[in-house]
Amino acid sequence: MDGQTPSGTAHADSAPLTIIRPSGRWWTLCVSELWQYRELLYFLTWRDIKVRYKQTLLGVAWAVIQPLFIALTLSVFLGHLAKVPSDGMPYAVFAYTAMVPWQLFAHALTEASNSLVANERLITKVYFPRMVAPMSAVLGGLVDFGIAFFVLVPFLACYRIVPGASVLALPFFALLAALAAFGVGLWLSALNVQYRDVRYTVGFLVQLWFLLTPVAYPSSVVPERWRAWYGLNPMVGVIEGFRWALLRTGAPPVGLLAVSVAMTAAILVSGLYYFQRMEDTFADVI
Amino acid sequence: MSQLAIRCQGIGKRYRMGERQRYRALRDTLADAVRAPLRRLRRAFGNRAAGNASRPEFLWALKDVSLEIRQGEVLGIIGRNGAGKSTLLKILSRITTPTEGYAEICGRVGALLEVGTGFHPELTGRENIYLNGAVLGMTRDEINRRFDDIVDFSECGRFLDMPVKRYSSGMYMRLAFAVAAHLQTEILLVDEVLAVGDAAFQKKCLGKMGDAAHRGRTVLFVSHNLLAVDSLCTRAICLHEGKIVMEGPPGQVTSRYLKNWIPASTEVIYEDIGSAPGNEMIRVRRACVRPLNGSPSDPITVRTPFVVEFQYWKLVPEVDLELSVDIYNEHGIHLLTTEMFGKPPAPAGLLRSWFVVPGDLLNNGTHRIQLGVYLGGLTEVLYLEDLLVVEVLDAASELRGPYHGRWDGAVRPHLKWTTEQIDLSSGPAGVPI
Repeated sequence: MDGQTPSGTAHADSAPLTIIRPSGRWWTLCVSELWQYRELLYFLTWRDIKVRYKQTLLGVAWAVIQPLFIALTLSVFLGHLAKVPSDGMPYAVFAYTAMVPWQLFAHALTEASNSLVANERLITKVYFPRMVAPMSAVLGGLVDFGIAFFVLVPFLACYRIVPGASVLALPFFALLAALAAFGVGLWLSALNVQYRDVRYTVGFLVQLWFLLTPVAYPSSVVPERWRAWYGLNPMVGVIEGFRWALLRTGAPPVGLLAVSVAMTAAILVSGLYYFQRMEDTFADVI
Repeated sequence: MSQLAIRCQGIGKRYRMGERQRYRALRDTLADAVRAPLRRLRRAFGNRAAGNASRPEFLWALKDVSLEIRQGEVLGIIGRNGAGKSTLLKILSRITTPTEGYAEICGRVGALLEVGTGFHPELTGRENIYLNGAVLGMTRDEINRRFDDIVDFSECGRFLDMPVKRYSSGMYMRLAFAVAAHLQTEILLVDEVLAVGDAAFQKKCLGKMGDAAHRGRTVLFVSHNLLAVDSLCTRAICLHEGKIVMEGPPGQVTSRYLKNWIPASTEVIYEDIGSAPGNEMIRVRRACVRPLNGSPSDPITVRTPFVVEFQYWKLVPEVDLELSVDIYNEHGIHLLTTEMFGKPPAPAGLLRSWFVVPGDLLNNGTHRIQLGVYLGGLTEVLYLEDLLVVEVLDAASELRGPYHGRWDGAVRPHLKWTTEQIDLSSGPAGVPI
């Protein structure tokens, strides 16, 4: 119709060669393939964000309302009434700085776990590297995070808190939260294809994880000798890092952070391995 | 001779029975884990029947398929439902991996296994064009370049900024197909997507397929529409139970398919009165469908009158048993019911009843025949579902005109049209219409 179609034979030399065999792709192949499918990754992320706020009255404001209201509720009941310590910070600031990365993690984890099942039609009808699905779910979470993060600025200004150079470390902590969510999401999304029990587990898991993470309380309430173990929850490192970067509460939590980074790496690598192993069966089982 | 576009060698795909139908819950696996040792014990003690029954059953959807397709070929793939056609496309498009075998594909592959994959009802037509394009493997530049063509082709221009959930189903399909039709990969895998939209749009889509073929692209085309295969493809294969059973020029393959590979459930026979389906009043001995004229093995097309016959033992005398037949089409639509009311009660013994379904009544497709038996015309005595299954084939006929697509509608009677002039004076050349 437009005369631009490359004729088959002329194109043959540069045409990509696809080899199909029973199973097993190599890791290097997988990375270059993900790069090839970056546009799909972009469009799926874009779709999720668009659809999430279509036909809503408040639209993107929801990305802010949720962490803000939880932080305010926490600060009334836990901060003011129950007198939970907050490392010498105003409790509202203390809670909101933790809610922002927590929401990123919780949201990305939930969406990523559901991503394969939610895209069932796509998976059974077109080919793409399956990892694109949980990846786009995490990216969607990052966009919401960016919006919620901007509200932090007036929030801190209200309390006259000016972060120092440590604020430059923030992207690293956000990345750590996203990677941790991606790692767990890889496990859960692949398991979800086989066992729909995961769907019911995720909400419960996120609630439990919230209680295990120092969002509403400082990690200093955990006795010193167990502190390093506490870092095995990657979100402990993320949230302590966040507070340190923004609020300058004491020395950087290096030990804790090292444990959290190692744990995130372990979850991520094992998740990638499991996902890759199961990937070929998704279309048949889902 | 041009180069090879696709080469398959010994491709096979094995499914676990039921794997596609049902997902596992964790408790099933846990239950299996508990049961497995018990099963092993049982097997060890020699109860072989129990062991065999619990072993998972496998089904080869494809077995040992070897195939070479040259660049520029348009290969039609035909076969009955479950013959492995879609599985083959799914393997070549890498949606699923083969259990065994090896394939090489040279060139970019576009797979159209379904129209509108990835469409999101909340997004607008414009947004869906981009999303669907990306899902099918187009780059953003490609979509931008073809955007106007796509919109023109879809005839949905005015509704471009409306969410597609407010589209009529026809508009939705047209837009979806328009995107698909502009997918310009070197290799195109197409599964039955032409069966959408109204007749005029289908015609346009078939034209587009023909275009693709003329441009030297390689096309694999799965279809039940033998006429389309005949007219569009340069070669055809026929799959049966996962194997290639025929290969050759499309005309030859489709006509042999018509003769040889028609479903076998046009006849059922139960010789033993004890085990024949039925009860203490009636038992069915034989049921069959055959063309009214010619040999019983001839194909039944939309034009063929055919006989539906039942032989049965009537076990009770002096009772008025009436036979009634329901015919359903492949979409589950109840097309008709016919009953043998008003006949005097037959004596007991082996009886035969039949009726003729006239030609030019049923549309093409699979028809399921259910037999009901009623006492005194009211009380149901027996109901046998899917006793017979008839494949009514499409037939090339002068009634179609130049149109090759699927003929819509539950039935396909041959109605006589009449046109006459009623006023000579209106209109300049006497052609008002």
